[in-house]
Amino acid sequence: MVKHVLRVIVLIYLLFLLILPVALIGWRTFGDGPGPFIDALTTHSALHAFQVTLVVAGWAVVLNTVFGVVAALLLARHEFPGKRLLNALIDLPLAVSPVVVGLALILVYGTFSPVGGWFEGRGIQIIFSTPGMVLATVFVCLPLVVRSIVPVLEELGDEQEQAARTLGAGGWQTFRRVTLPSIRAALGYGIVLSLARALGEYGAVAVVSGRTVDETQTLTLFVEERFENFDVQASYSAALALAVLAVAGLLATKLLRPRDGS
Amino acid sequence: MAIEIRGVNKSFGDAAVLRDVSVDVTSGSLTALLGPSGGGKSTLLRVIAGLERPDSGQVVISGRDATRLPPQRRDVGFVFQHYAAFKHMTVFENVAFGLRIRKRPKDEIKKRVGELLDLVHLDQFAERYPAQLSGGQRQRMALARALAVDPEVLLLDEPFGALDAQVRKELRAWLRRLHDEVHVTTVFVTHDQEEAIEVADTIVLLADGVVQQQGAPAEIYDNPASPFVMRFLGPVTEIDGRLIRPHDVEIRTEPGEGTSPAVITRVVRLGFEVRVEFTVRGAEGEQAAWAQLTRETVERIAIEEGAEVHVRPRPAIKHSIQIA
Repeated sequence: MVKHVLRVIVLIYLLFLLILPVALIGWRTFGDGPGPFIDALTTHSALHAFQVTLVVAGWAVVLNTVFGVVAALLLARHEFPGKRLLNALIDLPLAVSPVVVGLALILVYGTFSPVGGWFEGRGIQIIFSTPGMVLATVFVCLPLVVRSIVPVLEELGDEQEQAARTLGAGGWQTFRRVTLPSIRAALGYGIVLSLARALGEYGAVAVVSGRTVDETQTLTLFVEERFENFDVQASYSAALALAVLAVAGLLATKLLRPRDGS
Repeated sequence: MAIEIRGVNKSFGDAAVLRDVSVDVTSGSLTALLGPSGGGKSTLLRVIAGLERPDSGQVVISGRDATRLPPQRRDVGFVFQHYAAFKHMTVFENVAFGLRIRKRPKDEIKKRVGELLDLVHLDQFAERYPAQLSGGQRQRMALARALAVDPEVLLLDEPFGALDAQVRKELRAWLRRLHDEVHVTTVFVTHDQEEAIEVADTIVLLADGVVQQQGAPAEIYDNPASPFVMRFLGPVTEIDGRLIRPHDVEIRTEPGEGTSPAVITRVVRLGFEVRVEFTVRGAEGEQAAWAQLTRETVERIAIEEGAEVHVRPRPAIKHSIQIA
């Protein structure tokens, strides 16, 4: 009896929080058939926003994956001074509002700061451009890969890696043949979480991008801008497209099950 | 010499784990590093493998100074207590690992792995994953994996420590036979003196980070260098300030040269062996001791609880230590 009541409560909770809003977006989008959906997403601005989002999210995920794996190995396998500090810093992006992150990045990399000015002098514009958006996205995704892998690495222990070393494998071979396959599922999960977060990031990117239509407008910025301009069809269509991308990513992790016959 | 360890010191923080340890391991021998837990024996094994770096001292493997070499260049096989099986690889892939790292041709790998799986009786299990094997099978797989690359020395860290008593006994005997077949210089760590005496041809006894004694099992058993070594290698009892083995106690009904009067307190029959506990009335008061006798002796001299007897160390024995 209690079980049934709990189940109903959870379902109702999810219904109002998740299922209903997403379903309504879908219904609104396809209310007049697929034609308006396709039209809304094939305008020049929409296609450009897609492209910007994929470039920014792509770079952010790649950088975050590399940094995440290195940082996780450092935290799980090595003792060094400042380890606790690093551990705490990695969680910082979860605590700081993305808007603050955006403003802070402008302070460091803006045209009138020393660092930003130095880059600018070499023809590299960071703020109001792709590098700044990538930086902002990397920052907000920072903990996702690290926190997915560290518990798995700690659980795994380092005996398998030591065994690989005694069998003649060097550091890179040990990582590629032993460590990486063991953390594959967790790493995949971390990457997908990063991807979902990167696709959906709004606040930090809104601040550093300058929100120039057809220039630095990502899909989330596009959704908001269309909504403000009463183009509800385009706004909902793009929102649905974002949701579909994220869900597809999550489903992909299901294919990354560990292979150990258990 | 296959392995020469010269004056090795190692500390973890403030705790000195190895103190000026020097050990020689002869080529082709089967050596046991024996000692109580925390005595430094696993650390010494890991120093030989290169998994720990000594603070000072030298490790020479097959005439080559290996002190600064990383583990992958030492040509050692290492078997871990908890197997360290590669969980995402099949048994075949586990054993083939070292050969694949060395980029050997496919045919050669297949042949060599096949031979090794035969040797460890796992030929039926080549396509299984470690999770589908028993503890004993996983340990045999780990052994095959270590042997696959023809190491100069084979190092085993408490190889049977995680197995139940029955499997442990079987693998012990099997390891001895395997060594007689393969002849690779082998060093294994154990805290079980029976295991060391049964399997090894040389024992190095380590305690508190110091080599207490090294030599053949019989030699250490018969000529222990200290009361500690004598106690560690087998049961002991104390009579008249002398530490002796309980099977070297003589119990008589009449007094004789060097005997002390005693009263039997308990007789425990354990099949062939009989454990006789008694109180010795020595010069310094009463003291509890015990003797290990055969059933036949007990019946011959009619030992029973409460009987007044005379005890002494058997006159011919070599191994007793004066401690008081």
